[in-house]
Amino acid sequence: MTATSTPLNRPVRRRRRGLIGWAFIAPFAAVFIFATVLPLGYSFVLSLFQERMIGGVSFVGFENYVQQLTDPDFWSAVGRVGVFVAIQAPLMMALALLAALALDSARLHAPAVFRLGIFLPYAVPGVVATLLWGYIYGSKFGLVGDLNEMFGWSLANPLSSALILPSISNIGLWLYVGYNMLVFYAALRVIPTELYEAATIDGAGAWRIMFSIKLPAIWPAIIVAATFSIIGGFQLFNEPNILRALVPNVISSDFTPNMYAYTLSFAGGQYNAAAAVALIMGAITAVVAFLVQRRGFRRDI
Amino acid sequence: MVTLTQTTPPASPTAAAVAGEQRRAGKRYKPVRFNRSPGRTPTRSILLTAVMTLMLIYSLFPLVWLVVNSTKSVDDLFSTFGLWFGDTNVFWDNVVGVFTYDDGVYLTWLRNTVMYTLVGAGGSTLIAAMAGYGLAKFRFAGRRAVFAVILGAIAVPGSALAVPTFLLFSQMGLTNTPWAILIPSLVTPFGLYLLWVYAADAIPTELIEAARVDGAGEFRTFFTIGLRLMAPGILSVFLLEIVGSWNNYFLPLIMLNDPTWYPLTVGLNQWNSQAATAEGEVIFNLVITGSLIAIIPIVIVFLALQRFWQSGLSAGSVKG
Repeated sequence: MTATSTPLNRPVRRRRRGLIGWAFIAPFAAVFIFATVLPLGYSFVLSLFQERMIGGVSFVGFENYVQQLTDPDFWSAVGRVGVFVAIQAPLMMALALLAALALDSARLHAPAVFRLGIFLPYAVPGVVATLLWGYIYGSKFGLVGDLNEMFGWSLANPLSSALILPSISNIGLWLYVGYNMLVFYAALRVIPTELYEAATIDGAGAWRIMFSIKLPAIWPAIIVAATFSIIGGFQLFNEPNILRALVPNVISSDFTPNMYAYTLSFAGGQYNAAAAVALIMGAITAVVAFLVQRRGFRRDI
Repeated sequence: MVTLTQTTPPASPTAAAVAGEQRRAGKRYKPVRFNRSPGRTPTRSILLTAVMTLMLIYSLFPLVWLVVNSTKSVDDLFSTFGLWFGDTNVFWDNVVGVFTYDDGVYLTWLRNTVMYTLVGAGGSTLIAAMAGYGLAKFRFAGRRAVFAVILGAIAVPGSALAVPTFLLFSQMGLTNTPWAILIPSLVTPFGLYLLWVYAADAIPTELIEAARVDGAGEFRTFFTIGLRLMAPGILSVFLLEIVGSWNNYFLPLIMLNDPTWYPLTVGLNQWNSQAATAEGEVIFNLVITGSLIAIIPIVIVFLALQRFWQSGLSAGSVKG
């Protein structure tokens, strides 16, 4: 091995190494700039202009932002996803944590069945999941309607305006609890077993080990998962947009901020306002995510 | 001259060998239960199993509903109980209907989805693996800045970018072409983050040094050593990207208005919502059977690759 080394060219290589590092990053950087940086930049420029019937396109500064930030429709959409996140994120974390701890406890019969079965919905496209649950919720040929008819029950309509947010939350839970369960389970598996041995020798029981060792050890994973759950909630679009076909009176076209931006640009042709809404929401989620991530991600790479 | 594969020192228990050993152990992951709770084997709990069974039923019953109802005609869908079979089994009629309705447009959507998934997931994983390797194994100016940008980009989800990307792409005339779907799907900051962390842990720097000493070029080193050692991490990111591409909806919805470029997700939703239009034919049976057919390939890929999640997930977001 050493026989083939050529010490003379090593300093040259070292200097070139920085450039080579960038060469490895270049393909990612190229698509990243083209499909992330440029769209954001272009939207920012777009958001500073307005198209008027008379006078054409004109520079208006931050007027679009002021307009959106003072629009009650925008804020009611933000409020709705705020409530949605407040329902969904804690439930998601609690259920996923419960399932992960159960898997890790070695007290389950046939753990592999649970691990795979609960994870399986993650493979189902969100569109299919929403169509499916939409049918199940439906009163026409859905399961809820069937049950009411069959047993003479009067189950509340999951698609009514009172229950629509929990019903949408349920679709998200169904899709992602298994994924988060696996993330937590993976985090639990890398805890050194010596910690459990030491704790057992000290007389700690299973509950004590859970609260004093397991939960603190996977706390960063919980933080990160909660962040993704919150980000996803603020960007809610697919589920309400698809369910809207079933209940257009319950789900308005500006139900969530993303739907609001979508409607502005595709129904109204107000691209400047849509760009402003997209950037405001991007900023809100980025701030929330940043606050949570500060504690969640690795610093040492 | 010593070949590259032989530079993995088989005789001496170096860091490389130990890392490789751990990786192989992780790859052939089997739940080892006895040492999770030393001294005694925990008794299996009926109560806990019962609670988890409820969760399992919750996870699986919508899929059971989908299978059961794919055997029904539209009339039976409306008139028979949802969790049991109808009067006649028309599953094959439905399958034929899915593939022949509207001149077989479903097949076009299926082909599009496969193409978007292969190019998008394959390309984005390779690009992220290269970048992750470069960031983990080279020290150069601007590395910290890249880290900050990547963390920031993880916080900006695809759906937040969809409208801005549409605005730019329509300006450039890229909308309503497959490029509008393919190019954004090549970017995966989270995949890059996972592979960066993975490469930092899984590839011993001494091994790369050894390859350099042997005279291997940097890219050859990456393709022969880097990719191999990163394989479990790459596969888990690949699976993540496959699921993401196969299930992509928002971006194609806004980018495309020509049904010949639709993926399955957008097409199925169009079939579903045509019942609400004035002259639209009610084809819920085809939507349901089409949905079932759409998830079969992804479920197969998923079950085949799921064991790699363990290693990928434990390398990534979980280390504090």
